[in-house]
Amino acid sequence: MGMPGILTHDVLKGPPPPPAEGGWGGDGSPEGFGASRKASFTALFVLLAASTMVFAAFTSAFVVRRGMSDDWISTPKPPILFVNTLVLLASSAVLEIARRTLRSGERSRFNAWWSAGTLLGILFLVGQALAWRELKDAGVFVATNPSSSFFYVLTACHAFHLLGGITALVWVDVQALRLSLGPAKRTAIDVSAVFWHFLDGLWIYLMILFYVWG
Amino acid sequence: MSSPVVHAHHAPEGFIRRYVFSLDHKVIGIQYYFLGLFSVFIGMFLSLLMRYHMVNPTVSVAWMAKLWPTAAAGGVMTPELYLSLMTMHGTIMVFFVLTTVPQSGFGNYMLPIQIGAEDMAFPVLNMMSFWTTFLALVVMIAAFFVEGGAPLSGWTAYPPLSAAGRVTGPGEGMGQNLWILSIAIFCGASLMGAINFISTTVDLRCKGMTLMRMPLTCWTWLVTAILGLLGFAVLLAAGVLLLLDRLAGSSFFLPAGMMISDRILADHKGGSPLLWQHLFWFFGHPEVYIAILPGMGVTSQLLSTFSRKPIFGYKAMVYAILSIGFLGFLVWGHHMFMSGMNPYSAMAFATLTMCIGVPSAIKTFNWLGTLWGGKIHFTTAMLFALGFVSLFVTGGVSGIFLGQPALDLYFHDTYFVVGHFHMIMGVAAIFGMFAGTFYWFPKMYGRMMNETLGKIHFYLTFIGVYCIFTPMHYLGIAGNPRRYSAFTDVEYLGGLIPVHQFMTYAAYFTAAVQLIFVVNLFWSLMKGPKAPVNPWNATTLEWTVPSPPPFDNFAGVHPVVNHGPYEYSVPGAASDFIMQTDPPSAVPSEH
Repeated sequence: MGMPGILTHDVLKGPPPPPAEGGWGGDGSPEGFGASRKASFTALFVLLAASTMVFAAFTSAFVVRRGMSDDWISTPKPPILFVNTLVLLASSAVLEIARRTLRSGERSRFNAWWSAGTLLGILFLVGQALAWRELKDAGVFVATNPSSSFFYVLTACHAFHLLGGITALVWVDVQALRLSLGPAKRTAIDVSAVFWHFLDGLWIYLMILFYVWG
Repeated sequence: MSSPVVHAHHAPEGFIRRYVFSLDHKVIGIQYYFLGLFSVFIGMFLSLLMRYHMVNPTVSVAWMAKLWPTAAAGGVMTPELYLSLMTMHGTIMVFFVLTTVPQSGFGNYMLPIQIGAEDMAFPVLNMMSFWTTFLALVVMIAAFFVEGGAPLSGWTAYPPLSAAGRVTGPGEGMGQNLWILSIAIFCGASLMGAINFISTTVDLRCKGMTLMRMPLTCWTWLVTAILGLLGFAVLLAAGVLLLLDRLAGSSFFLPAGMMISDRILADHKGGSPLLWQHLFWFFGHPEVYIAILPGMGVTSQLLSTFSRKPIFGYKAMVYAILSIGFLGFLVWGHHMFMSGMNPYSAMAFATLTMCIGVPSAIKTFNWLGTLWGGKIHFTTAMLFALGFVSLFVTGGVSGIFLGQPALDLYFHDTYFVVGHFHMIMGVAAIFGMFAGTFYWFPKMYGRMMNETLGKIHFYLTFIGVYCIFTPMHYLGIAGNPRRYSAFTDVEYLGGLIPVHQFMTYAAYFTAAVQLIFVVNLFWSLMKGPKAPVNPWNATTLEWTVPSPPPFDNFAGVHPVVNHGPYEYSVPGAASDFIMQTDPPSAVPSEH
């Protein structure tokens, strides 16, 4: 100890190994309390656990509600969902390319790729809004049928998560375009990218749920 | 404390940044504490109104008519008002007292110091967590003031009562909407808190603070945070579905063909009220442990400190905490034996419920083992910790009865259950809070509390709560149903009215003696004698820093831990306690 912990190692290579006796030395970061990469990732995984529980609860309600009743009529799914899925997958891939360009030190290319990934994320949300409009025009509302109730609840909850993710992506993008991405902020890049990939996987899961059981 | 000074952080200037929207975990902990203190008095007031009404169901009270011009017109409360008081009593006590004070209050204040950190991992999130909780409380209390008043559906909000809307009762309009909204906001606050507690414990421990050197309080706060994280997520999901049933006309929980108050509800079909019960109790049972685990941690800490002995079986205690947390997610069905569940499922839930008796008994035996042969110091804090053990055993034993499906069918809707959960979840947890208050007050405010007042308060409260809640078990066995606003017209219960009268007087008495605590708290805040750094000769890190601690807890120094948390009366050592930060040589045999 003694030297300020977080600046003595390259944050992109991860934190220093823990002292032999366990414990992390309270980080000792001089630039703010606990602003450590490791804690940020712990927080991210804790958040993902909570989100997983929310969707697990919805899924169990879905399974029970479907299994117990005879009033379940499958809701026609708007075909635009497949386009949206491709857009979302593309956004994840583009963000991953952006992270690789940053790793090889090409800052300006990173900015372009990250901006593109962010825009694709926003485009996905627009696509989801179109899907809802299509359902609305077809006269399918929340209360129409249990399957439409669950469709709206699950897509809305996913979209709500996505709004949080997009806020993070935009924040990183603003920092990147201002060329103020110091080493500490690269944690924000990694955390928001992992969160975004999680939302990707979540959406694939929801698509399977809708098309197999919905 | 061997590391050199790195960089001391200073508190921000200005009242607002320092005391209102503070980022300091200590200020936030105190904010949570006082939010809980405010809530507990509201909850207690509601319970006194209920107890008064039960034994004086026809007596007119003038000010009641002023408070509730319609629901208590003529000064006598309607059964619906009684139910709304019961709902709000339970909700406020469970969420804003039992969930808030032991974890968010004491945990926020003490966790970073006990593990040698400067603050929580995410101070801004921590501040947001408190103010979100505050907002949830405001929304909850607002339910009293909307048209129709507070909801009637209990703290468990069972549909169809909670889902069918205004037709089911006066509080089931806007009041129930606000209730669900408040709980949803509370879930968000709880998530933010859990993120901080877990990240801080995992990543910010100081050098040498291995997991197995953490005080047991930190273990209980960690496991409680995990339970809150997973449990409140499910409650949030359930709340969203319930709100949609009420506002968007969906049918998640509402079946077809319901007839309520001579009206057929034609808009809903196919939903399952049982689905809510499953989702709710998947949260609700872990919630019981959210309330009680931190009290167990404080009790362990205090029994060891004031017996001047190491905690008996530290590792067994840690594994017991972890298994209670894990098993807590597998037993939700024991709240639903009455729901007509398959007897095989009931047997599975009953068996798992009995399994929780094992880690609970481990904890109890280890507490007794810690006391055995110790040099016991009967401070007020210690008395409340001993009281906790007593209440935990009393409430736990009646839990064994209720865990049997055959017995639960008889007991479930009687006062037996009310007695059980008040003993184990309510009063035991509250005793844990009192113990924590008397133990940590010197550290938090730099002054000592008055021990004489404290002991008077303890003995009167201890007698008082047993007088209120023990007769409830007898009432339950005699078949006295719960949730009824009056029993005077029921012939077979006539003989039990004197028991109710006794409990009501005991409740008045117990509520009155809480004023002793309030006087002691505020008098000591202002006039108490100055507290030394380590008034109890305790070993954990909070007792190495000034009382109250500086803004960044350790004034820029990074503590280094060399010892376990409960090294009392070590043979050959210079004093009867070894601080966690003492050099390794403090234990003669170790090196």
